[in-house]
Amino acid sequence: MAEPAQQKVFAPWEDPSEKPIIRFEGVTKRFGDFTAVDKLDLKIYRGEFFALLGPSGCGKTTLMRMLAGFETPTEGHIILDGQDVAPIPPNKRPVNMMFQSYALFPHLTVWENIAFGLKREGMEKDKIEARVSEMLRLTRLEQFAKRKPHQISGGQRQRVALARSLAKAPKLLLLDEPLGALDKKLRQETQFELMDIQEKTGTTFVIVTHDQEEAMTVASRVAVMDHGKLVQVATPAGIYETPNSVYVADFIGDVNIIEGAATPNGDQVEIAWAEGLAPIVAKSSEPIAPGAKVHFAIRPEKIYVSREPDMERANRVQGKVIDIAYLGNISTYRVRLANGQMISASMTNARRLSRRDFTWEDEVWLNWTDTAGLVLTR
Amino acid sequence: MNLRRLFLIAVPYAWLGLFFLVPFLIVFKIALSDSALSIPPYTPTLDLSGGWTSIKEFFQGLDFENFVFLTEDSLYWKSYLGSLKIASISTVLTLAVGYPIAYAMAQSADEWRPTLMMLVILPFWTSFLIRVYSWVGIISNEGLLNQLLLGMGVIDTPLQIMNTPTAVYIGIVYTYLPFMILPIYSALEKMDGSLIEAGVDLGCSKLQAFWLVTLPLSRPGMIAGCFLVFIPALGEFVIPSLLGGSKTLMIGKVLWEEFFSNRDWPVASAVAVVLLLILVIPIVLFQKNQEKAEEAGR
Amino acid sequence: MNRKLSWFNVTSLTLGFAFLYLPMLILIIYSFNASKLVTVWAGFSTRWYGELLHDQQFLDAAWVTLRVGVISSTFATILGTAAAYVLVRGGKFFGRTLFSGMIYAPLVMPEVITGLSLLLLFISIGLDRGIVTIVLAHTTFTMCYVSVVVSSRLMTFDQSLEEAALDLGASAWDSFRLVTLPIIFPAVISGWLLAFTLSLDDLVIASFTSGPSSTTLPIKIFSAVRLGVSPEINALSTLMIAIVAIGVITASLVSKGAIKRQREEELAGNRT
Repeated sequence: MAEPAQQKVFAPWEDPSEKPIIRFEGVTKRFGDFTAVDKLDLKIYRGEFFALLGPSGCGKTTLMRMLAGFETPTEGHIILDGQDVAPIPPNKRPVNMMFQSYALFPHLTVWENIAFGLKREGMEKDKIEARVSEMLRLTRLEQFAKRKPHQISGGQRQRVALARSLAKAPKLLLLDEPLGALDKKLRQETQFELMDIQEKTGTTFVIVTHDQEEAMTVASRVAVMDHGKLVQVATPAGIYETPNSVYVADFIGDVNIIEGAATPNGDQVEIAWAEGLAPIVAKSSEPIAPGAKVHFAIRPEKIYVSREPDMERANRVQGKVIDIAYLGNISTYRVRLANGQMISASMTNARRLSRRDFTWEDEVWLNWTDTAGLVLTR
Repeated sequence: MNLRRLFLIAVPYAWLGLFFLVPFLIVFKIALSDSALSIPPYTPTLDLSGGWTSIKEFFQGLDFENFVFLTEDSLYWKSYLGSLKIASISTVLTLAVGYPIAYAMAQSADEWRPTLMMLVILPFWTSFLIRVYSWVGIISNEGLLNQLLLGMGVIDTPLQIMNTPTAVYIGIVYTYLPFMILPIYSALEKMDGSLIEAGVDLGCSKLQAFWLVTLPLSRPGMIAGCFLVFIPALGEFVIPSLLGGSKTLMIGKVLWEEFFSNRDWPVASAVAVVLLLILVIPIVLFQKNQEKAEEAGR
Repeated sequence: MNRKLSWFNVTSLTLGFAFLYLPMLILIIYSFNASKLVTVWAGFSTRWYGELLHDQQFLDAAWVTLRVGVISSTFATILGTAAAYVLVRGGKFFGRTLFSGMIYAPLVMPEVITGLSLLLLFISIGLDRGIVTIVLAHTTFTMCYVSVVVSSRLMTFDQSLEEAALDLGASAWDSFRLVTLPIIFPAVISGWLLAFTLSLDDLVIASFTSGPSSTTLPIKIFSAVRLGVSPEINALSTLMIAIVAIGVITASLVSKGAIKRQREEELAGNRT
């Protein structure tokens, strides 16, 4: 692939002239009384690594199975490359899927598994040979070509499944919890491998996962789903730094949520949250009605813990250390405030353990700036 | 693709309809017909060419005469009762013989189990007829058992086992034993061994632990095994006719004789219909038990 | 796990297997008895085997039985596999309950009733009794056993394998032919063997549906042993037991490899 001379940021969703490869238009899927996907609109662009993230039962797998053709929408349209896919059966769609269970054919060798789809296309023999070898090379499986699926490791099986679904060079590759069956270390390695392969082949990937870390690592954009609806679609950084709701903030990473009543003050908002304590001062990008009930969300690592109040930061509260979780690189402190509210704050462990600053029962100050947290109205 | 699916459904469907359902309806029809001394030995056959009147005549020709006949002749109800009695007793006996074997199999070392399983299943693959026949040489009056006992001086006249219900019990226990062992074994094998240890830990003696833990947990297997023996034993023909002699009345044998010796097809069909009605009860109970066990297994 | 068996367990196993195998063992021993009388052991002889092999009636019956067994179990396997596939994967269709009823009912039906009803059918449609009618009857009752064996395999079959085949562009027929069938094939084979054994074994249904020219081996054996012990039948039984034992042991040795492989597959599956 010819790389452009200067690296442009990949963000086709910000370009209004870009045509999406997939468009969901008011797609609803019901199973009897149960609505799995609810009037959903979504655009996915060519070359994206798109993650559908949500707890089990949120409708993400149904969404993917509709793309593959194993379910048909009850209402709405799915447009793939300008064409409504509704009448196309799964075996005729330019879409391939990597199954959660891998679904490797146990009676066929690795080579035959990868060649399966190509043979169905009626491709010539030598072309199949070439394509399978290419796929084996891509997934570093050359020496396992003659093995059966049960004779290779879990990680290798995962790569066979990937190679098999990529072999037909689909317009779109669907990955259903592709790393769910691997142990943690292998999963992390494989995540980078997946990204590498996605970049090399330029295929559009849509991945379904319930693991937020995985979604954040691999995806160009993440869609957080809940009860059949999209809650937020944004880049990983956008999802983490500016969640649009308590649900998303809570789903992605650790967060402290403080409830209170808002009073707008210029571009700032003052949140009254506990009697006898100073209101929280925060910047808000959206206008907030006076007296509105809001949630203030702040990540533990955005809070600075100190013995003395830090006057440079706009917000300062005092509390007592109740628990310390030592995680090696960082320590997380659970601090109880005067009103009983518990707040988590984490600090990197730059110093050795024996010289740690704070210990149980210590009185400490928690400090954060007016831009450290987010004011959420839902 | 849809044509293929239709074909896939239609062929076995049509086959079973023609060779299972239709014959069944014929049995019902003939059971309600009069017997005649001709070939085939019964009278009304439905003649559709006569239109509505012939259909009406056909239904008028049907009656319950044969069923009334079954209640009048004591041979029939005695054989139904005989079948029920023999099937029940042999089921209990099979359970008594099979349970300890299944239990011991479940207790044995893992590497032995497949072999033991194969030894239980192996007789099933050999001819049923031969297995029943193999007892003739043992229990007949001049058979091996009597010779052995006479030779040892335990008895002075040969025991009459052949041609008695006892011989039928032996035959049924022998041939249906695998059907009893396998479900009990699979129930016991699934059982967590630490349950017994927990029972003993909580103060049971070993026997109490067996009685209070093992036995209730193997109950679904025992029930399944009992039905698997009882249902086929009820309609058994080979065992009573080879081992039971003329005095052992079982309904399968009566049906056979009614058909082949007396050539009274309507009565034979009526006997079959009643046998089916009797069988419906244990079959439905068995089905219920299986469903319950399946749900519990989930 | 290595547990020590108590004396009670050892006793039940010993007595139990003695009960299961002694009668057949005795049968085998007495098939080599030179005397015609059961009671007298007159020395070792293979005389009865010789007589058996020269008895044209037995050979004819064996030939009929073998043909009926092979043909009917092949039909039964095709029909039973189709029926199992329809039951497990067919979804909803008109009369599904009746269909599954017709699959399971013959399993619990007394043979005398099945035989009687089929005979009445053959007479009412004017079909002469012979090999054809036995094949039809055996196909009908054994296909239900095949479909039970195959459908239990299909139920544990990971459906995403079929979806994967479709996803990779295979037609429904290709996905059955290239993926489903090869994977369930061992079950189809055991279904065939079961059908074949049941057909070889069947006395009652064959008696109802056979004609004078189509006596099967079980019918022949039955009429011979009704009158008591017959040394020729002992010899025949021994041969049949030997064939079955060899067959089952070979099959289990072959499948031991298959089971071991399957275990490895399962273990590998769990590991990941």
